[in-house]
Amino acid sequence: MIEIKNISKWYGQFQVLADCSTEINKGEVVVVCGPSGSGKSTLIKCVNGLEPFQQGDVMVNGISVGDAKTNLPKLRSHVGMVFQHFELFPHMTITDNLVIGQTKVLGRTHDEAMERGLKLLDRVGLKSQAAKFPGQLSGGQQQRVAIARALAMDPICMLFDEPTSALDPEMINEVLDVMVELATEGMTMMVVTHEMGFARKVAHRVIFMDQGRIVEDATKDDFFGTPRSERAQLFLSKILSH
Amino acid sequence: MMLNLDFAFLTPAVLSGYVVKGFIFSIQLTLIAMLGGIIIGTLLALMRLSGKPWLVMPAAAYVNTMRSIPLVMVILWFFLLIPLVTGRPLGAEMSAMITFTLFEAAYYSEIMRAGIQSIPRGQVAAGYAIGMTYSQTMRIVVLPQAFRNMLPVLLTQTIILFQDTSLVYAIGAYDMLKGFEIVGKNFNRPVETYLVAAALYFIISFSLSTLVKRLQARISIIR
Amino acid sequence: MGRTGLNWDWQVFCKNTIDGEVMPRCFGNGGEITYLDWLISAWGWTLSVALLSLFVALLFGSIMGILRTTPNRGLVFLGNAWTELFRNIPLLVQIFLWYHVVPSLAPPLRDVPSFLLVVMGLGLFTSARISEQVRAGIMSLPRGQRMAGLAIGFTLPQTYRHVLLPMAFRIVIPPLTSESMNIVKNSAVAFAVSISELTMFALQAQEETARGIEIYLAVTGLYFISAFAINRVMHVVESRVQVPGMIGGGK
Repeated sequence: MIEIKNISKWYGQFQVLADCSTEINKGEVVVVCGPSGSGKSTLIKCVNGLEPFQQGDVMVNGISVGDAKTNLPKLRSHVGMVFQHFELFPHMTITDNLVIGQTKVLGRTHDEAMERGLKLLDRVGLKSQAAKFPGQLSGGQQQRVAIARALAMDPICMLFDEPTSALDPEMINEVLDVMVELATEGMTMMVVTHEMGFARKVAHRVIFMDQGRIVEDATKDDFFGTPRSERAQLFLSKILSH
Repeated sequence: MMLNLDFAFLTPAVLSGYVVKGFIFSIQLTLIAMLGGIIIGTLLALMRLSGKPWLVMPAAAYVNTMRSIPLVMVILWFFLLIPLVTGRPLGAEMSAMITFTLFEAAYYSEIMRAGIQSIPRGQVAAGYAIGMTYSQTMRIVVLPQAFRNMLPVLLTQTIILFQDTSLVYAIGAYDMLKGFEIVGKNFNRPVETYLVAAALYFIISFSLSTLVKRLQARISIIR
Repeated sequence: MGRTGLNWDWQVFCKNTIDGEVMPRCFGNGGEITYLDWLISAWGWTLSVALLSLFVALLFGSIMGILRTTPNRGLVFLGNAWTELFRNIPLLVQIFLWYHVVPSLAPPLRDVPSFLLVVMGLGLFTSARISEQVRAGIMSLPRGQRMAGLAIGFTLPQTYRHVLLPMAFRIVIPPLTSESMNIVKNSAVAFAVSISELTMFALQAQEETARGIEIYLAVTGLYFISAFAINRVMHVVESRVQVPGMIGGGK
């Protein structure tokens, strides 16, 4: 479903990504972890073309992201993305946030969009907040709405960029529960996160990045059981100690 | 375009005859209003920050009034009032100097007020702790820092001031714009003269504001 | 001048502009007008110039401000060039350019009323400042908002329309308020090209009646009132468009 082929990216002289390659198949849940500055957020943003890259290519469902002729807005409408800072549109109600992508991009009627949106809102447990504005919701609630907003577009896969990093600890679980449910239903997911509990629960593979390179790319059991690289071992020991 | 532009008449002789005189006045006016304005403006700012109502209120009233009226009206007011007060007629150029200084003081005072307020209270406390008086603390500790912090904004205001000097047109003072206007009338070529005047103002303002941007970049690195 | 001490003569406003006779009820009739009539008409001109120029300034300023935030280098350069051009030439000089230079560019332009030339001059001058504020407003939005719009499948224009601009314009209302007040003050420059607005009235009426203080006070008062009125209107606009949950928004 997602093929990342030899992606390299520079910001001026500084190389952020160096020859990254991996594949995510349909129905797989892949967790990307690593220290800050390792390039994991940048890599995931290359998948839907939000970050341009100088070398290599990304193929999503057979369509090339790097090709200048590709209709990027159309491609992005089929790839769901959830951001670290939720990024709901603050001047619109929750309902409008859910509806606007469906009507303006997918061309659904307002009624269809409302039905789909409210159904998803209910699924993440926030139907009662439909008429409110994002500023009136807590972080955990906003992130759940953000997931619903992405799902409303009926995406073929979902990208998560550190979805719980900006949340207070007591709200992390409500978001992770939604993500676990999505995973068990068979959604293809690429998740950048530090939450190793989530990885252990539902991930199929774990990718470890350091200084712009993919250092390890192993099945969950291999990664947590016998990681090969020293860097990954060090990282795991630090974050698993609490 | 049906512009038959002919700039040939703008010889150095013509320019030095009519325009240079006005240019010098524009520069003089700008510099005097800047220096006087910053000094008076700083005093006004200190008055407003003093906390004593009998100082705060007149200063605030002055600043707010000056900022609410068009500059042209202020120029007209002073041109009318100063002779009444002094009992003697006043030339347009002299009136302009006084007017601009007093007008710009209001704008400079707002800038200095922001600058003084941005200095941490701890600085003032440290001054007093050493045994300095209010006046010493202000002069030695607070104002130098405030001034340096606000230097780019003060200079930007000066560039605006330079552009505003063209408004002395209202009282017929002989500034750079007037010089160009007279040339345009004498040679019956208003189009060319106004274009050159605009270009000259643009070059001066744009160069100065580019310098101020560089200065700003330098200052933020030092900090 | 014949003035010793302060003796007021507010009756000057009721005087006929032609022969100085005091008119009953302070307003003229027939073909004659009083200074009060003239003052009010001048006020009307000031407000008309200010409001139309504001419209021009908002139109061009917003476009240029937006262009300066796009990823296209050519558009950014255009926006920057526009802004630098119109903010580095004094307003009075720009008005003169519109008044003297533009009509000679092409014969049909000779018939454009000076009122419109002043509106364009003041409008474009102010548009440079508005472009600065709009640009600052857009740049102050979190980077993620633009990305969230694109991620959902919006094209860049759609992202501006549905995500960035609605929030940017709310942010920009306070500086826009002071720009609107400035434009009322700046409209005074129109006196230089014989538009019969308040400052022109002040100059001429003062010469005719030698009652400068009363005339100037009335004109100054009207400038105050106009600026205050605009301030209040913008305040209402700001409270109407506030987003609940944002800083300054209702709960």
